[in-house]
Amino acid sequence: MGNSIKNNLKEIKVSSKTENLSKIRDFVGANASTAGVSQSTVENIVLAVDEACTNIIKHAYKSSPDGEIIIQIEYDESRLTITIIDYGKSFEPERIPQPDLRKYYNERKVGGLGMYLMKSLMDDVKYTSIPGKYNQVLLSKNLRGS
Amino acid sequence: MAEFNTSISEKGDVNVINLKGYLDAHTAPALENNFTQLIENNKFKIVVNFQNLAYISSAGLGVFMAYIENIRENKGDIKLTNMSDKVFNIFDLLGFPLLYEIYKSEEEAINKFGAI
Repeated sequence: MGNSIKNNLKEIKVSSKTENLSKIRDFVGANASTAGVSQSTVENIVLAVDEACTNIIKHAYKSSPDGEIIIQIEYDESRLTITIIDYGKSFEPERIPQPDLRKYYNERKVGGLGMYLMKSLMDDVKYTSIPGKYNQVLLSKNLRGS
Repeated sequence: MAEFNTSISEKGDVNVINLKGYLDAHTAPALENNFTQLIENNKFKIVVNFQNLAYISSAGLGVFMAYIENIRENKGDIKLTNMSDKVFNIFDLLGFPLLYEIYKSEEEAINKFGAI
């Protein structure tokens, strides 16, 4: 039996305003740091969460500032997981194409870059959407060897 | 609240935008204003100095995408300098080095405009 001690889950709730992104980053940075990962891994996790929350503010809540975003972080010895919940418009990740930078350049569109960054920076990104109820993004990072 | 501010300095016919702090979805409009202002004044030769930029997200990267076409159509360019490894890695991950000239020093970037 491995000693898989689950660290207490930490949670923050913020309203869907871009000015709260720095508060979210501080929360994620401080708690991810305690998992014993490298500084660059912490920075990657922080950026991935920023991208997920920016997408929620812009798309799920369509920039309305009254929505709620819940961010939870927990880890054990092998994996750090961040769960982000919102109650906005449901999201269909399969409708977001893989970004083609040349095409974005030509069409001056930048949407989709955030999702591409999240997938690049994390080991796993999972979306669950229960239309009319809530949306959930799970971001995980394997901790062994990070 | 994320701290971010910019300053613009003129070096001959090149305008240098200096970035400081955290560039995210909240602070990106400040940088958009800088580009809008320069374009309105027909200043199309632009260097962006990242020396004091601590953080960038895709909302910040999007600002460079939004203006580059207009600027290049007017025989100008946006050249990027003095990026930390951390910020460069994000640009690199998204393939930006294919689309933008990135230099180590501001002087080098300014001189490249002269060489055109």
